[in-house]
Amino acid sequence: MFTENPTTPEEDQSANATGSVGLVAPKRHRFIEPLSLACGRILQDYTLVYETYGVLNAQKSNAVLICHALSGHHHAAGRHSPDDKRPGWWDHYIGPGKPIDTNTFFVVAPNNLGGCHGSTGPVSINPDTGKPWGPDFPALRVRDWVHSQARLADLLGIEQWAVVIGGSLGGMQAMRWSLEYPERLRHCVVIASAMKLSAQNIAFNETARQAITSDPDFCEGRYLERKKLPRRGLAVARMIGHITYLSDDGLGRRFGRELRTGSFQQGTEEVEFQIQSYLRHQGDTFSSSFDPNTYILMTRALDFFDLAREYGDDPVAAFANARCRFLLVAFTSDWRFAPQRSREIADALMHANIPVSYAEIESAMGHDAFLLPSERYETLFLAYMQRVAEEMRGCE
Amino acid sequence: MRIDLDVIQEWITHGSCVLDLGCGDGALLEQLGKNRGVTGYGLEIDPGQITRCVERGVNVVEQNLDAGLGNFSDGSFDTVVMTQALQTLRHPHLVVEEMLRVGRDCIITFPNFGQWRARWHLAFSGRMPVSDLLPYEWYDTPNIHFCTFRDFEVLCRERSWTILHRQVVCESMPGGIFKEYLPNLFGETAIYHLTR
Repeated sequence: MFTENPTTPEEDQSANATGSVGLVAPKRHRFIEPLSLACGRILQDYTLVYETYGVLNAQKSNAVLICHALSGHHHAAGRHSPDDKRPGWWDHYIGPGKPIDTNTFFVVAPNNLGGCHGSTGPVSINPDTGKPWGPDFPALRVRDWVHSQARLADLLGIEQWAVVIGGSLGGMQAMRWSLEYPERLRHCVVIASAMKLSAQNIAFNETARQAITSDPDFCEGRYLERKKLPRRGLAVARMIGHITYLSDDGLGRRFGRELRTGSFQQGTEEVEFQIQSYLRHQGDTFSSSFDPNTYILMTRALDFFDLAREYGDDPVAAFANARCRFLLVAFTSDWRFAPQRSREIADALMHANIPVSYAEIESAMGHDAFLLPSERYETLFLAYMQRVAEEMRGCE
Repeated sequence: MRIDLDVIQEWITHGSCVLDLGCGDGALLEQLGKNRGVTGYGLEIDPGQITRCVERGVNVVEQNLDAGLGNFSDGSFDTVVMTQALQTLRHPHLVVEEMLRVGRDCIITFPNFGQWRARWHLAFSGRMPVSDLLPYEWYDTPNIHFCTFRDFEVLCRERSWTILHRQVVCESMPGGIFKEYLPNLFGETAIYHLTR
């Protein structure tokens, strides 16, 4: 759940401060062992697309899993070609000398099942019909992603992740990892996330889905078969989401009430604010790169996620199963996943006697802050990861 | 290691679970972990100190003590510690009550404002004392509730807190010799071990 490749004025300065992973190419693997899903259906086979950065050490103890958020995918760092305009979505934090230091760690970044960037999802062909899955693609839960990622770990020979890291929806996956496979990770980093969505969160997601499904080109989800695309609906969905990922203060600082066209002079009817054109640009860009059914599927997985539901709604009982150490980070102006949601996680972990550290980073950038340069965030994240690296060396 | 932290270690049971309020750079929790097999968490609000805790591998949670300890249930820790932070709180007595609710016992250390050097400074220069231990001017100090050894004893009596141990420490001369006889005058740092 974030702006893909958000840009800020600070971006260029910090991009040069540390190294890039350079040119990268996605890998893909077709898993032929059937995967039982939480919804009761079975995927007979499926493909996962992923990228890796850094080198897996001989002990296979330095692997880091990056779980992506709503609109993210496998391209987390570096560039696909020298003339790529923008690097992967988390390039500020993955690379040589960065918090997730690729000189130390072997980083694995998959595109989730149900995604629209190469992993099996609604845009893939349903082998039973020979047509795109579309709306018939099985509903997915966060745990399904975790199980499919565990198979990817098996494939790569990784028995235990040094760290599983995720922001937002990615943080939910990281937490689910700690409960589903407690022995398979040593650290869990959860950034700007929550144990479950609030009614307000679900309301925003529903509004976004309604925007998509009420587009005349949606065709009940079978738009690919009909050679159509509900672009406008998806663009509106993205605009709604985008507003919620930023803060009032952040938007005000960046756009204020500046006009792009027209003037406030009396007698002038048409004006366009900068924020309008910015939002439209975000919506348009997104709707040409993302699949509407995937958006619906992923927001439903978000809505459905409830870490403690099957533990008697007791997050302490849930986390009592975890065996790893946790780092939690929240951002002060994030109202979509407010710091209070992260404090609830910290409280539950402390009550369960699980090692945890929690920091609340001062930021005006709202939910998107987790992807943007921030001195305190970087320093803290780096300190945590260096500690993980020290532990690793201690075990060698 | 600060001298009050040395004393505290002696009062904490091996393998116990400790909450350290205003844990600073995490030095105490790190030592308690290494020397006494203690587990626990530190609460801190200073960003730089939080990072230092993380560097040390000490569990630290960003939390403002003035907002209370309402997120912790009764008796969830063996010992709740607060070193050199009492004087920075808005409502120190309420925080101590909370410490005794959340922990079985609690340990508190604070600078003794009744120490002769503070008295001397105020009496003869007519200005608020500024020293190594209290290196702030009156207008920018985080310390808003200074008290003396004797003041704290009065509070303990009024609130019916049981004093398990008490000690004053002093790193400077001549306090080291006389602090046993005149703790309020010669003790630099007061250390209290309380229970309900």
